[in-house]
Amino acid sequence: MTRLALILAILLGGSLVAVIMAVAVGSVPLTPAQTLAVLTGGGEPLHQTLILELRLPRTLAAFATGGLLAVAGALMQVLLRNPLADPYVLGLSGGAAVGALLAMLAGLGTLMVSGSAFIGAMISTLIVFGLAHGTGSWTPTRLLLTGVVVAAGWGAFISFMLAVSPTEELPGMLYWLMGDLSHARSIWPAWTVLVIVVLAAMPLGRSLNVLARGPMQAAALGVAVRPLEWTIYIVAALVTATAVTVAGSIGFVGLVVPHMLRLVLGNDQRIILPASALTGGILLTLADTLARTMIAPQQLPVGVITAMLGVPVFLYLLHRSR
Amino acid sequence: MMEPLPPLLELVDLVVDIPGRADGAPLNLGVRAGECWGVLGPNGVGKSTLLHTLAGLRPARRGSLRLKGRFIHQLPRRQIARHLGMVFQDRQDGFPASVLETALIGRHPYLRAWELESAEDYAAAQDALARVDLTGMEERPIATLSGGERQRLAIATALTQDPQVFLLDEPTNHLDLHHQVEVLDIVRGMITQGRGAILTMHDVNLAARYCDHLLLMYPTGEACWGTTRDMLMPKALEKLYGQPLATGEVDGMPVFLPLGR
Repeated sequence: MTRLALILAILLGGSLVAVIMAVAVGSVPLTPAQTLAVLTGGGEPLHQTLILELRLPRTLAAFATGGLLAVAGALMQVLLRNPLADPYVLGLSGGAAVGALLAMLAGLGTLMVSGSAFIGAMISTLIVFGLAHGTGSWTPTRLLLTGVVVAAGWGAFISFMLAVSPTEELPGMLYWLMGDLSHARSIWPAWTVLVIVVLAAMPLGRSLNVLARGPMQAAALGVAVRPLEWTIYIVAALVTATAVTVAGSIGFVGLVVPHMLRLVLGNDQRIILPASALTGGILLTLADTLARTMIAPQQLPVGVITAMLGVPVFLYLLHRSR
Repeated sequence: MMEPLPPLLELVDLVVDIPGRADGAPLNLGVRAGECWGVLGPNGVGKSTLLHTLAGLRPARRGSLRLKGRFIHQLPRRQIARHLGMVFQDRQDGFPASVLETALIGRHPYLRAWELESAEDYAAAQDALARVDLTGMEERPIATLSGGERQRLAIATALTQDPQVFLLDEPTNHLDLHHQVEVLDIVRGMITQGRGAILTMHDVNLAARYCDHLLLMYPTGEACWGTTRDMLMPKALEKLYGQPLATGEVDGMPVFLPLGR
């Protein structure tokens, strides 16, 4: 497992660089020396405020969100045995969006919008799971189809709400739908979930590897398939809901990061899960930095950037792997 | 006098649960060390379902299964996986994987949750690959393998699993004549050191050559079993497949050929 240690060391280094870069870049650019001074407890008061109160919380929120999305994607891909699954494939983001938009329409504050989004995501999870599980048989295809149809239902509801919303509410809503980290406040829930899930998933890694070969093969090798699938489903839903609550629906991270890592590192979940957490974190940290600086002082929804970065990288890797 | 050892795998009044079908005849047979059982029967008679039931992957409608005298439902899943190794007919290759990784998953029932594969586990996988003649292909992606190589790899995974009884679902499916013989030679070679095997087959003549016991499953739900010599009755086989057969002899073994109208 020296390989795992090496990969993690590289990615941890990358994470550190990404975070330092993210807090240094902005309307008042800081030199690496100034940034490091603040991060190690010194520096000028102005820089301290800038970094510790504005940029660092947002950067850490971006990192955790990216990590959560990538881990959720990796889990969903194993659960559905489909490398093209993403965290939103089961309609979770739709439910979260409906919850958030309803709260916005009601004129509630950020905290209530987040709470409402989380509740919406959980309701969607329960609906999909209940319907797909209704008759007892639970195949990935059935789960996938139920998720797709439920997502379409949420989509219609979202369009309806956008159509009837007052014009001044629309930019905020669209931002939320495309993913937005500028309102991210509390970073602890996201980090707590991320760390616990990655650590807890490690002992399950080899079982997940076997499950990726199909449920029958897994059962024949002594894996308790049904309890494992339930666990993945619930954990992935919880992880996605946490991410969506922090930053809205950010596309592509959950799909691209685990897939990209599988192409490069192979399909051992004991490597893929922690590597996804770090790579997802790096990707979203960089994306969010671009989103707030590219056409500053205006900000872009971070989902636009993840797609712009993710699509070409993904296509290149896919092309190269043939 | 010594008690005879209990069979490696014993079916006691076992009735396979085939949805929508009436109860078949209860099966009472035991697979002992060194025995190779062939399961013959027409399509849809429930051969695969039987094998999945024997592997403990689906419940039987009635009766019970014993592994070396112990009821299967009293054993933990991992222990069953160390006793029974299943080679499936169809495989899901949703994700890319290498040949070595695929053989290595056979070690899963021996490792604890937090345990990593040791050098011995890798050696077991390498050894299994050598026995099916896949040495040198460890790093090949499984997607690039031919049908015969894929089948041999599936057998290598079961060899890595090192079970007492191998359950093979149509191991010769989709293979040409040479590869069929090659796979069956490997299977015969696996039944050493006190192991046994059950395989479902479509080719009566190959079953006659490679299996010492046969289980015939009739579409009517009846079944009969015994040594290959006793089972290879032209009348019984004609009834089994609903197909007139011509019988000949090669090297003292009966050969069967389906007759046209």
